[in-house]
Amino acid sequence: MSLESLRAANNIERDNTWAEISFQERIDTAEFRIHERAHITVNGDSCRGCTTRECVVACPANLFVPTSDGGILFNYENCFECGTCYLVCNQAGAITWTYPEGGYGIVFHRT
Amino acid sequence: MTDTDIIVVGAGPAGSCAAIAAAKAGKRVVLIERGPFPGSKNMYGGVIYPRILDELIPDWFEHAPIQRWVVRRSTMLLSDTGAFNIDYRSNAWGQAPYNGATAYRPDFDNWLAQQAVAAGAELICSTTVTGLLRDAQGRIKGITTDRPDGDLTASVVIACDGVNSFIAKDAGLYKSVDASNYTLGVKETLSLPKSVIDERFGVRDNQGVDIEILGGTSGVNGGGFIYTNLDTIALGVVLKLPKLSAQKKRPEEIIAELKRHPAIAPLIEGAEVIEYSAHVIPEAGLDMMPKMVADGLLVAGDAAALCLAAGIWLEGVNFAMASGMYAGQSAAQAVTAGNTSASELQSYTKKLNETFVLKDHKKLRKIPHLVLSDRVQHKYPGFVTGIVERMFRVENPHPKPGVRRILREERKKAGISLMDLVRDALTGLKGFG
Repeated sequence: MSLESLRAANNIERDNTWAEISFQERIDTAEFRIHERAHITVNGDSCRGCTTRECVVACPANLFVPTSDGGILFNYENCFECGTCYLVCNQAGAITWTYPEGGYGIVFHRT
Repeated sequence: MTDTDIIVVGAGPAGSCAAIAAAKAGKRVVLIERGPFPGSKNMYGGVIYPRILDELIPDWFEHAPIQRWVVRRSTMLLSDTGAFNIDYRSNAWGQAPYNGATAYRPDFDNWLAQQAVAAGAELICSTTVTGLLRDAQGRIKGITTDRPDGDLTASVVIACDGVNSFIAKDAGLYKSVDASNYTLGVKETLSLPKSVIDERFGVRDNQGVDIEILGGTSGVNGGGFIYTNLDTIALGVVLKLPKLSAQKKRPEEIIAELKRHPAIAPLIEGAEVIEYSAHVIPEAGLDMMPKMVADGLLVAGDAAALCLAAGIWLEGVNFAMASGMYAGQSAAQAVTAGNTSASELQSYTKKLNETFVLKDHKKLRKIPHLVLSDRVQHKYPGFVTGIVERMFRVENPHPKPGVRRILREERKKAGISLMDLVRDALTGLKGFG
């Protein structure tokens, strides 16, 4: 081995970073049994008047997406049923929240 | 004639213990779970302290599906680049009579619900309770469900329906619901071979580690955690809700940043995310608790905000199991007495007041607020790590600066006034009892 390659080897730093998985891959690790009825509904009119958009930031499943016309696009299917969205929402009545039908929704893994 | 004596809503740790206690007292009990199996909706950090099960299941430690017994308890303060770790090890915690254990909630909760079935309770899964049934006088007499012909009547309903408890809210037991009383917990279950976890964390067999982290949450008030399971690591963050949305940082980004911290990254290197999960935590203790009793109704567990988030003590499942057990016992007594009015059911709150359930919460009333306060969150981790960084950095040929000078300079650098430091220290000393 030449002195040059030894010097190069000396400069190799241990790489503690790794590629973070995509959000979809992250969500795909959880199991959702999807019912045809949406257990959460969002009132688009209230959302258009909202400037703070707490739900967009806080929902751990990233289910609230702002649309170009100032509304919110919402998808209930990958919901963890945690309640964050209605708790942070400051537009009264914007989010109607119930639990999904029995047996449906998020199912955490057993070993 | 009612359909059953006691309906328990939710087969989590509170509900199953309520059902076990009531069934053991000879009552007819129906335990209703909205998930396809008990535990399927449930997620936590976390550690279970099962000592309270001695009363209901004396040989629990021989059968409970736990992952590892916690023998190392660490509290870690993180600055951007530093980590100050207070680590205590006791292998005695991993032997009878045991202390805390890591476990997967779908395993543990399912096992506990099966104990309720063994005690004589009837478990009904995949059924969502949609509301309360009331008689002409407005007294609670049962529940409605999403099943066809699914109404069910009982003498007492015990609401163990979790942090969002629509039953307690329906019954008007919560004065108000304020987002600042709640945190969002998000967690990654990270897969690694058992031998690698054993080596990295300095444990063997079924010994485990619990690391609680202050700092490292990207400026959002909250905290982090790492728990070892047999062949996975549970890593996550707990985030104060209004702060989370105000900071415009998404939960998974905050986890990713914690994972990149130089003190954390080597612990989880090469691990694969096998499950991502999220749950809300009632964090504010006594100050957010609802009324727990109404005519024909008791509330237990997270539904009653019985979760202890007191910084060095982070407990919930034990509070759920205890409150559930006491609720089940009180409900059974009331049924036997033929009087299930709120005044008769107050034996439940009396029991909570006499035991650790409310004694701990009263003692530690101010601590959840202190722990989530801006100073503790944003200034103290940097202050403490700054002190330690300088104490152990040898700056020869300069002589050592002396501890008092380091303390003074680091306190100023962190922007903490002496008054605030004294005030927080007193609150801490008084609050921790």
